[in-house]
Amino acid sequence: MSQTLGALARFTNPAELIEAAKKVRDAGYKKFDCHSPFPIHGMDDAMGLKRSPLGYIVGGMTLTGATVGMTLQYWVAAVEYPLIISGKPFFSWQAFIIVTFALFVLFGAFGAVLGMLHLNRLPRLHHPVFYSDKFAKVTDDAFYVSIEAEDEQFDEDKIQKFLSSIGGTDVELLVGE
Amino acid sequence: MSILNKHPQRDSAATEALGGEELLVTGGHSFSTLTDKVSGIVETKTPPKWYLLFAMAVSGAMVLLGAIGWLVWEGTGIWGLNNPVGWGWAIVNFVFWVGIGHAGTLISAILFLLRQQWRTAINRFAEAMTIFAVICALVFPGIHVGRIWLAYYMFPIPNQMLIWPNFRSPLLWDIFAVGTYFTVSTLFWYVGLIPDLATLRDRATKVRKKVLGFFAMGWRGGNRQWQHYEKAYLMLAGLATPLVLSVHSVVATDFATSMVPGWHTTIFPPYFVAGAVFSGFGMVMTLAIIARKIYGLEDIITVNHLEKMNKIILVTGSMVGYAYMTEFFIAWYSGNEYEFFAFINRALGPYAWAYWIMFLCNVITPQIFWFKKLRRSIPVMFVASIFVNIGMWFERFVITVTSLSRDFLPSSWDYYSPSIWDILTFVGSFGLFFTFFLLFLRFLPMVALAEVKGVMPEADPHNYHSEGGAK
Repeated sequence: MSQTLGALARFTNPAELIEAAKKVRDAGYKKFDCHSPFPIHGMDDAMGLKRSPLGYIVGGMTLTGATVGMTLQYWVAAVEYPLIISGKPFFSWQAFIIVTFALFVLFGAFGAVLGMLHLNRLPRLHHPVFYSDKFAKVTDDAFYVSIEAEDEQFDEDKIQKFLSSIGGTDVELLVGE
Repeated sequence: MSILNKHPQRDSAATEALGGEELLVTGGHSFSTLTDKVSGIVETKTPPKWYLLFAMAVSGAMVLLGAIGWLVWEGTGIWGLNNPVGWGWAIVNFVFWVGIGHAGTLISAILFLLRQQWRTAINRFAEAMTIFAVICALVFPGIHVGRIWLAYYMFPIPNQMLIWPNFRSPLLWDIFAVGTYFTVSTLFWYVGLIPDLATLRDRATKVRKKVLGFFAMGWRGGNRQWQHYEKAYLMLAGLATPLVLSVHSVVATDFATSMVPGWHTTIFPPYFVAGAVFSGFGMVMTLAIIARKIYGLEDIITVNHLEKMNKIILVTGSMVGYAYMTEFFIAWYSGNEYEFFAFINRALGPYAWAYWIMFLCNVITPQIFWFKKLRRSIPVMFVASIFVNIGMWFERFVITVTSLSRDFLPSSWDYYSPSIWDILTFVGSFGLFFTFFLLFLRFLPMVALAEVKGVMPEADPHNYHSEGGAK
């Protein structure tokens, strides 16, 4: 059964997209997004987005990685397989810094990538915006605002008029399964 | 010209008046023509020349496979190793290839943190070069003892002998450092590719669209995605920056923590890092000049970009030259006659020919880039980049072999020369490298489209206000 899943409107350039984002936000919409071929400076503020929490994820992962690294080496060199090498103590932590650092970075990098995908809810191979034929241009040179039907304020009758009134062209409803 | 008229600020004089910034993309490109240009490369029919080059590269990779097969069958006796030179071309090639990779990470991470926007034109294929160079490098630790079935000794995994690796050894640090470097570079590269894969997806049809759609993971360019994406990119750059500096430092400790004269010096880590960046830029330059010519990317990778890279080659080459001289000075100043002998022997001993090839290629060649005219001449920089590649391979050869061949006991001294299998393995590793690189050029966008668009004047919202505010 097909139903309206959202609405889409095109804007001509990054400056207009920012203006549109402010107007959509001020009109009280919550579930909207501004699509562009590249990140636009100042868009986060225009849309009223909070800071990305990714830093905390990465921070947690790096500390985990460092802990795993040092613990692994301590366990191997001082507990499971203690050998005297060049007269150094079993737990010669100075020599273990390199591997600890490598795992710090490794875990952090996985945290950054997987955390980013998680926050973006990706991979997600389909999305209502893909019902539009014209939307494909957004990865080339087009700038779009999308508002999802799940938004509390979403009104199928008024939304098109609203999007036109803030300067959008090619306004369309996203209709799909 | 019409585009120039429509956007007065694209005029270079006006742009320079605004902030002294040169245009990064020339030729009057719009976002759309840029997309067409870069995506077009992988969407057109495969040119016959590509098949020819690919056949050559794969043949090279087969030579590598054959040389490794014979090594596994027969053992390291097929190489030119002797006593006392127990480390030959395998470590030379390993250090050479890891070093090449460093330029890619420098461009993608360090120049990103330093907000060098010109990096966007070259970062994608420089990163690809990094990954493939590190793959070539990783081949050598895997095979260098000739018993590849024991490669698992390198990793801390439970085994039937109940023994564990020695974490105090730089050789083990290397496994972690280079392994992490490879993984992080690949993650970084893939994250950068996601928006561009989406661009290709949106231009494709049928099976191609599905495959690209799978790898683009449903990217839809929404700012709610870009927000986290940019943060992830920044985090990865922040993590990759200390990592890349540590990787070649750790490689340097393979040498520096041993007691061999000529190796046991504290200058090694920074000197190796400078050399790595230098050699990597040599390779980026070689590849960039060829690729921009073949694919007509002169508007994106402009002479200005190449000039900036030449400046980095000049700086890092001079740092390397400075390190050579410091080593010599300290060897003399230390008052240690064995250390000083090692260096005199390098410059005047049986390997003097290799030392002077190294010195001419690495120290003298880059000095031509003091001159603007030479810095902007494509034939000159191409030849210079080849010299850099050669010189940096010889640097590793000189370091490894001269010290070992004249070790502690004069009675055990011996001259090292490679066997045909050493040579075939090295040549074959280039085959492997170019196999990957040609596949990359054929199937993935070689310029980071989303990033290049992002640094064009049209991408800046303020750009439109000067024309009378947003309409």
